[in-house]
Amino acid sequence: MEKQEYTITLYTENSIGMIGRISGIFSRRKINIESLNTSPSEVEGIHRFTILITESEEVVRKLCRQIEKQVEVLKAYFNTNDELIWQEQALYKVPAHVIAEKAYVERLLRQYGANVVVIRNDYIVFETAGHREEIDRLTEELGKYNLIEFVRGARIAIIKESAGFHSKLIQFEKTEPSQEIVENEFLDQQDNVFTM
Amino acid sequence: MSTLEKTEKEQAAPATIQQLSGSQAVLEALIHEGVDTIFGYPGGAIMPIYDALYDYNDKLTHILVRHEQGGIHAAQGYARTSGRVGVAFATSGPGATNLVTGLADAMIDSNPIVCITGQVFASLLGTDAFQETDVINITTPVTKWNYQVTDATEIPSVLAKAFYIASTGRPGPVLIDITKNAQLQLFDYHGYEFCNHIRSYRPKPIVRNEYVEQAAQLINEAKKPFVIFGQGIILGKAEQEFKTFIEKGGFPAATTVMGLSALETDHPQHVGMLGMHGNYAPNVMTNECDVLIAIGMRFDDRVTGRLDKYAKQAKVVHLDIDPAEIDKNVKATVPVWGDCKETLPLLTDLIKRVDHSKWLQQFRELEKEEIKEVIYDELNPTSEVLTMGEVINVLNELTGGNAVIVTDVGQHQMVTCRYAKFNSSNSNVTSGGLGTMGFGLPAAIGAWYGAPKRDVVAIIGDGGIQMTIQELGTIMQFGAKVKILILNNEFLGMVRQWQQLFHDKRYSFVNITSPDFVAVAKGYYIDGNKISERKDLRDALKTMLDHDGSYLLEVMVGKENNVFPMVAQGTSVSEIRLK
Repeated sequence: MEKQEYTITLYTENSIGMIGRISGIFSRRKINIESLNTSPSEVEGIHRFTILITESEEVVRKLCRQIEKQVEVLKAYFNTNDELIWQEQALYKVPAHVIAEKAYVERLLRQYGANVVVIRNDYIVFETAGHREEIDRLTEELGKYNLIEFVRGARIAIIKESAGFHSKLIQFEKTEPSQEIVENEFLDQQDNVFTM
Repeated sequence: MSTLEKTEKEQAAPATIQQLSGSQAVLEALIHEGVDTIFGYPGGAIMPIYDALYDYNDKLTHILVRHEQGGIHAAQGYARTSGRVGVAFATSGPGATNLVTGLADAMIDSNPIVCITGQVFASLLGTDAFQETDVINITTPVTKWNYQVTDATEIPSVLAKAFYIASTGRPGPVLIDITKNAQLQLFDYHGYEFCNHIRSYRPKPIVRNEYVEQAAQLINEAKKPFVIFGQGIILGKAEQEFKTFIEKGGFPAATTVMGLSALETDHPQHVGMLGMHGNYAPNVMTNECDVLIAIGMRFDDRVTGRLDKYAKQAKVVHLDIDPAEIDKNVKATVPVWGDCKETLPLLTDLIKRVDHSKWLQQFRELEKEEIKEVIYDELNPTSEVLTMGEVINVLNELTGGNAVIVTDVGQHQMVTCRYAKFNSSNSNVTSGGLGTMGFGLPAAIGAWYGAPKRDVVAIIGDGGIQMTIQELGTIMQFGAKVKILILNNEFLGMVRQWQQLFHDKRYSFVNITSPDFVAVAKGYYIDGNKISERKDLRDALKTMLDHDGSYLLEVMVGKENNVFPMVAQGTSVSEIRLK
């Protein structure tokens, strides 16, 4: 199966050591985490991890099952890029004189929708958010004009089809096991199975 | 006193809240969880708990092991024969790191274990204090759950959670690291509450009837169904449900190493053991059956051999409690998630009673080949030197298959798993997944405490015994009546076998010398004997079994005997070689 970008979304308890616990599941299998973001979720007390990896679907599915086995993990989802709305943020520190002297740079920043964060005599800090490729292109262009410093944040993503975690959590708080804890594609493939 | 008086008195007295130290709370928790035996070793950072233990001597038996690795292996042995949670204590630093091998072993073999480790004062965490190690991070990948307690008020709820997690769903080891200040801290103890729900933890997936129905349909259509079962049957305490299932369906059933003893060896539908050194018939027939019904097993690579040639012709029904096992190695046609104690009866109700005796007979035909090529010679050798197989065979005759058999790792383990007879469940204790040499002796000690009325025979090689031989001291001091049967071939036999077969007989560091084991045992005040001749075998084994107390019997066996059949690494199970 072909490798592609997958975004893994985890809902977890907010307990100490969760990043280590989760990242160990990847490193044990020698899978590189391309970006990792942790944040609160829409539900108080529930933490949200957004992890970006490039792997095949089979590997990602198995990974998510291993992650869900962790006691503190409530649910793991994985999605391809077309199932998500996602953003990455970047900060650029550019010499002030470049902006003052080069109209092209100013145009470039306008074109990419960059916003000014800080203005000082010696440098100006811009912020932009978007897809990786856009940020990479802007970085490349600014690189030609004495870009002093650049940093890009981890991917954050919203799942298009998701209804949020509130209703799921109610399910989890019930003592009986949940119906939806494991999904399987088998039910859709019955016709192929009974052909012996 | 009348009821009225009593009520008045109760009302009069303000509810007294008991003050306990963290250490006392730990021991109270163990008592509430029904723990009677602890395997442990004291040290600086766990001293408050040991101090409290001094006053709990009448309620909790503490077995002082000789090394923390021995402590956790003993806890594993205890868990395996008793079906309960095994408990081990260790101090911080080296005490805790010595647990790691046992934790990894318990993790991969799904043993319910709770380890309590001492830790330096919370104020010293991260300062490279004396005997400080980052135990939580070290043990994260080898525990089902771990947690560091720095405040005594957390202890009752954390311990309750630990026992709940260790023993439910797919069991596993849990480690609780308690800083010394928390052990010493006095707090208001409001009693112990059992844990029965953690919102982020689903021990059992709900059983979905549509899968059970489809599994039944698949099984009912099968001409050549074949059941393979693992430790899940034992962990789920579903031996009877399993037997009813295979008897109704008439299925041949083969076990994994870890599943041994779940079904009695003599059952007419038991067709032997799977895997690298398993029996010929079940390995070959894996690639012949049309429906493979896997129950409570995880398709380990030692069971499947080459995956792309494993049961490709078969539809696979996989029953497991752990969703992560479904499709992990072998793609399931129909997965049946759930506790097999629940799913097996549902499935049994839906399957037809079928006579598969002709199909079963095919297994027996292949078995005849194995008997002719391998088993007969192993059990009736023509040369003077003893074989491991004949030792186990005589042992079977003497125990009648009623003993708990504990093995270490290597050739003797595979031979024992192949030939040992089991009449009842929870009788096979071995390091299956991790293959931990040195497991045998301490696990046997724990196994005896878990089943003190049963004969416990530890079968160990000359290599493995030397890894944890210090535990003879534990036997000496506390009197576990463990029978130690050393099968000495003067080699690290399994590695030697591979070097012979796959490395042109270049024997590289497999020639291991041994001390006088009987003298060593005597040094620990344990009786023993050493034999090397066939005429002495039966009597020596009988003396060992009849002895009231621990006993060590060393049997010299053929130096360069190999374990066959064998599925060589990278080959298919159906390419199993008989010689």
